[in-house]
Amino acid sequence: MVAELTTSGDPGQNSRGNPLLTRVRPAHQFMRRPLVTLVGQRVALAVPLLMLVSALSYLLVSLTPGDAAVSILGPTAPPEAYDNLRHTLGLNEPVYKQYGHWLGQALQGDLGRSLFSGQAVSEMIVQRLPVTLWLIGGALLVSLIAGVGLGMLSVTGRFGLGRLADLVAVIGFAMPAFWIGVELVAIFAVKLRWLPAIGYVSPEQSLTGWLRSLILPVTALSLHGIAVLAKQTREALLDVLNSEFVHDARSNGIPERSILFRHAFKNIAPRIATVLGVQAVVMLGGSVLVENVYALPGLGSLIVSAAVQHDLPLVQGVAVCFTIFVVVINLLIDFICMALNPRSATW
Amino acid sequence: MVSSEDNMESPTRHATPVPGNLVTRLLRRPATAIAVLWLLGAVATGVLAPLLLPDVATQHAGDLASVRQGPSGEHLLGTDTLGRDVLDRLLVGSRVTLLGVVEAMIVVLALGLPLGLAAGYFRGRFDRVVGWLADLVFSVPAIIIVIVVLSVFRSNMLAAMCTLGLLQAPALMRVVRTATMSVTDQAYIQSARVSGLSGSYIISRHVLPRIAGAVIVQASLLACFALTAQTGLAFLNLLVAAPAPSWGGMIADGASVIIQDPWLIWPPGIAIALTIISLTQLSDALRDNITQAWAGNRPPRRAHHRTAHGPDPRPVDRSGSIEQDAALLSISDLSVVFDTPGGTVQVLRDVNLSLEKGKILGLVGESGCGKTITATSILGLLPGSGRVSAGAIRFAGHELTALSQRSMRRLRGREIAFVSQHPMSSLDPSFRVGSQIREAIRRHHDMTRREARHRTRALLEAVHLPEPQAVARSFPHELSGGMAQRVSIARALAGDPALLIADEPTTALDSTVQSGILDLLREITATRDTSVLLITHDLAVVAEVCDDVAVMYAGEVVERGPIATIFADPVHPYTRALLASNPHNAPAGKPLQVIPGSVPPPGTWPSGCHFAARCAFVRKECEAGVIPMIPLPGQRSARCIRHDQVSNV
Repeated sequence: MVAELTTSGDPGQNSRGNPLLTRVRPAHQFMRRPLVTLVGQRVALAVPLLMLVSALSYLLVSLTPGDAAVSILGPTAPPEAYDNLRHTLGLNEPVYKQYGHWLGQALQGDLGRSLFSGQAVSEMIVQRLPVTLWLIGGALLVSLIAGVGLGMLSVTGRFGLGRLADLVAVIGFAMPAFWIGVELVAIFAVKLRWLPAIGYVSPEQSLTGWLRSLILPVTALSLHGIAVLAKQTREALLDVLNSEFVHDARSNGIPERSILFRHAFKNIAPRIATVLGVQAVVMLGGSVLVENVYALPGLGSLIVSAAVQHDLPLVQGVAVCFTIFVVVINLLIDFICMALNPRSATW
Repeated sequence: MVSSEDNMESPTRHATPVPGNLVTRLLRRPATAIAVLWLLGAVATGVLAPLLLPDVATQHAGDLASVRQGPSGEHLLGTDTLGRDVLDRLLVGSRVTLLGVVEAMIVVLALGLPLGLAAGYFRGRFDRVVGWLADLVFSVPAIIIVIVVLSVFRSNMLAAMCTLGLLQAPALMRVVRTATMSVTDQAYIQSARVSGLSGSYIISRHVLPRIAGAVIVQASLLACFALTAQTGLAFLNLLVAAPAPSWGGMIADGASVIIQDPWLIWPPGIAIALTIISLTQLSDALRDNITQAWAGNRPPRRAHHRTAHGPDPRPVDRSGSIEQDAALLSISDLSVVFDTPGGTVQVLRDVNLSLEKGKILGLVGESGCGKTITATSILGLLPGSGRVSAGAIRFAGHELTALSQRSMRRLRGREIAFVSQHPMSSLDPSFRVGSQIREAIRRHHDMTRREARHRTRALLEAVHLPEPQAVARSFPHELSGGMAQRVSIARALAGDPALLIADEPTTALDSTVQSGILDLLREITATRDTSVLLITHDLAVVAEVCDDVAVMYAGEVVERGPIATIFADPVHPYTRALLASNPHNAPAGKPLQVIPGSVPPPGTWPSGCHFAARCAFVRKECEAGVIPMIPLPGQRSARCIRHDQVSNV
């Protein structure tokens, strides 16, 4: 659902996705410098976005009853201890100054220190980032291949996979990723004992162990994406196959194979890429839950434990990191769509 | 991350269904009725269960001697890890779960609806500012920010769900904005604005009722998201403080003992799934209903499968008449019907045509006469449920109506090629022109890439495109309409077809470009010995290039013959009226003649002459029964029993 509603609100789909809907422009309008404009627009959105997220968290912190000093020392320390710590942490200054200080540091890559471990936030993020990237990257890849495959098969009606597509759609749409995650553990780890229930093995330790530790989390995270992509692929394909150029290609003897795999495929690709981008953002949220189900040491489990511990610098740092992730994904999807669609390339 | 338009499906472009009927129509579907029942039941449970079972929310532990008992008579859904009744907790837990969804939805609606309405209604700078803010908020990873909020306001569901609502509001706002825009684009709203009705009156009276469907569709999808988020955060124990039950918390409880007991995650999981399925079902049903009502009775879109099957090509019986043998294409008594839920609808009746080698046959008539259906039945690509119900299409020794799909595919492009009305949408927008022509060439000829490249160039030169190399490297959108049409013709010629069907090839083009395309068609027939079936509504086009003409009216050919005789002396009143209403023939200074009335659509044809209702020569006997095609001297024929009177006027 999430992906549907976000894409249905996503106008990019029109201009990128269905080339038939875009208006034909006279040739002389195609002389702009697209890349610069595009990057400019993205940055124009990304900078306020990052400011918003970080400033918002700072604002929230200032609203908190009790502050970091109380969180660290507990409620029973002597009063001068609080004052000293507040001074060290810069908590006596007004919020906007604290924020300005934090922002200056953040721009140099210093996101502060965890209130509990004392470790640098940026360091903790770098340590845990690969796990989340593998998880989301794997889930995106699986969603793409399985989703587009199911969508295409459901249109061509080959191999009787229509039912499988329906089943995946029902499960993917109706069951939350964390529930699927728990159930997958029950089936594949507890009952069948094929795969480890929880935990993460880094690829440096053992490549097979790493793969095995990722199979269940990736599956849990990707089912929703598969359902969304299958549905979108199906709708996009039906749109293209009903379009005039397909009719005319068929009228002139272009074989079905080529119509489906060459012409239709290339025309739906930008739309699929857009949906995939939206899914990537949705999966950020899902990864938080899935990482907790499988005890994966990624950013999602980091932000949850930080939230439980009231470790605000850490929460803030991870939130900013996630936001950067969204910005990068959107930019990537723009580039991909530009490469795939000859028209958007010149817009 | 996105610009300002939206891709809401077409609904709002057309008229709106009556809301009163909508509810009854929706509930008539059992699946939707069940969905609505479930949702109402869940809400009622959320309200009542905590009142009826007041102790459950504060119960820390039940009977610790009987933890994780499966379903039994005493505990219908068993007991949890602390021996508490699962059913009780599920019922009571529905309150906090659904309350979270409601909180988020209130914020979504309170922000998204007015902002979307205002942006869509007032547009301009306000719209741009709101749109930019929406883009900004939409790019925020929602769950992450909610977790940030929860790290400050611990277990504060109201704060968390309101934040979620704030972050999801743009999704509703965009839909509302687009829907509002398309409603306010309609003429009656424009005139209401001009006549000075206040904005708030127009919005509440005219706009809101019309966008309600779209709002509910999007809101139920957002509610699904809110439910997933609420249960997810409760699963992480960030939202609801123990021991109060919630569906997400119950899944967490079950997950903690998943190794010992796989049962406990199922009751809350199924409750969540059913709620989500109900919400999606409701939104799907509503969306279908809106689109159906809005789409009206549009005919089905082009489908891509031919329904007829038959044996492989077989030579036609050579003992046929001499006329048929001389003709490359000969259609006799062709009838085409569409199977619709309301019965079979005939769209072509007893169509007879014949086209000789190297000739151009013009097929003329107003829109809706069946010209394009005639062409698509020759190609074997009748849309949707269309099928040939009677008659024969003989082409170069094949009986096309009897050919299998596979043999038809072999004929298309190689023997019969097609050029369409819209040159711009006829070519695949994502491939370079040259690659599309090369594909057609290599499909029809056994050629290497290099040879195909040369031949592409030759074809582009043959259709008189300047700089064929540059054209081959272009994408269709980089060409003008006339150039694109020449490219389409080049592609159609790739297989050296014997017959070229050109469906209104010049209609979409500027008049200066038109004659160039017509000259090209003329040249093709002369130099390549290709026959052309030229479909057009423009008699001037027919006069310029055709050898023969067939005039169609309401699914029938009403008059056919050599161009000179027909134009000089039309004997069917329709042909006559067409010629008289042609601006090119109109005498200067006099008002242009028009044919009163309109073409009767398929399914409403009279039993007698189809043209009777609009005919100046009509008599009683015209409406008595089917009018046959009457052969006349000069290789012509007409479907009019009063042809001699018409001719003499």
